[in-house]
Amino acid sequence: MTDVGTVGREPLVALDHVDKWFGQLHVLQDINLVIGRGEVVVVIGPSGSGKSTLCRAINRLETIDKGTIALDGQPLPQEGKALAQLRAEVGMVFQSFNLFAHKTILENVMLGPVKVRKQPKADAEKRARELLDRVGVGHQAEKYPAQLSGGQQQRVAIARALAMEPKVMLFDEPTSALDPEMIKEVLDVMVDLARGGMTMVVVTHEMGFARTAGDRVVFMADGRIVEENTPEEFFDNPRSERAKDFLSKILKH
Amino acid sequence: MNEVFSNFDLVLRAFWLTVQIAALSGVVSLVLGTVLVAMRIGPIGVLRQFATTYVTLVRNTPLLVVFIFIFIAAPNVGWFVHTPFLLKGVIAVSLYTSTFVCEALRSGINAVPVGQAEAARAIGMTFSQNLAHVVLPQAFRASVPPLGSTMIAMTKNTSVAAVFGLMEATGRMRFFTNRHADDAVGILIVFAVGYIVIVELISLASYGLERRWRAAR
Repeated sequence: MTDVGTVGREPLVALDHVDKWFGQLHVLQDINLVIGRGEVVVVIGPSGSGKSTLCRAINRLETIDKGTIALDGQPLPQEGKALAQLRAEVGMVFQSFNLFAHKTILENVMLGPVKVRKQPKADAEKRARELLDRVGVGHQAEKYPAQLSGGQQQRVAIARALAMEPKVMLFDEPTSALDPEMIKEVLDVMVDLARGGMTMVVVTHEMGFARTAGDRVVFMADGRIVEENTPEEFFDNPRSERAKDFLSKILKH
Repeated sequence: MNEVFSNFDLVLRAFWLTVQIAALSGVVSLVLGTVLVAMRIGPIGVLRQFATTYVTLVRNTPLLVVFIFIFIAAPNVGWFVHTPFLLKGVIAVSLYTSTFVCEALRSGINAVPVGQAEAARAIGMTFSQNLAHVVLPQAFRASVPPLGSTMIAMTKNTSVAAVFGLMEATGRMRFFTNRHADDAVGILIVFAVGYIVIVELISLASYGLERRWRAAR
């Protein structure tokens, strides 16, 4: 398989012969994937293809049964302090935002830096406010998550992840739970991030985002990586039958 | 009745002891219950097993039997021999009540969306940080109504201590009814009102917390 995006890039995330089963179901089958520093990899595929599991395996929210995953050359540690430290280096944005409901927007963003990174509160607050301004919700800092729209909550979730200064950001279907008119505001933030050189793994159905910001598309089906290519090549000339079939189903409307 | 009112300082002192046992046991059982629930949902198998067994065992034992263990059985093997009665009562009530606190908190923890605990892990929090800053604060809020009921039941359960020589409210009530059996109804009413006042205070506190926390989210 060609390593489209990693040419000339230093590898940051490396999945090597990764397998995972959910009981009888072989959700990840011999996954080999190298993500370069600064690369934006968009993972697409039909539901149940294992793309979310792949994304969650990179910060070990899902354990794997075989193979290795390494971040910056270091294999993922087992449970415990070392794993927590690694997760602090990997930002994650969830489909359902998962903001801490009992904390204000500002506190949501400050919690990691203060408790995990042990930053002084004043510094963490300054940085948190900068990030909230950057994602366009600075004026909502004192509100609680439930008082914000979905799009705003997801932008806060992105700010919360960025506050940890992660090496790589994982996005697990970040716009799938949003009303259509809120998708763009979240994608805009993500495109900005991509342009700023952030390494990103994005599981999404937003083909527009893949074309605009993606360096590489990884197409998964039935637990395997079926095809990977540049977004232009993948969308215009899919090589596999599976990808052609998938694209014909989602693009013909 | 007259007997009760002319000795009202005895009544007040008895209820003061009830309040002391209840307050101390309340604090101890909330702490113990929190520790138990942390063990129960924690990543360490041995602790999980221990906490589960403890809750099953103690929650299914009548409080009177727990008291017998602390006041009679334990001193026979050399434990709690010189422990003051008040403290022994607190230990017995706390050991028992902590299992109910644990279960009330566990129901509260189940009410916290799993995604939030995942998000906390994803920003690098350890298990205990996750519990302390994300899961338990919300679990406590969700558990306020059942915890309130647990605290009310605990307050009334302190009356078992009367059997073991503690002159708390129920003990004092028995002292009066033994001497003035003809006045039993009046005496009962006085002491019942006392319990009602204490329990209502706990209810009010519980409602207050519920309202305050419902607003802030």
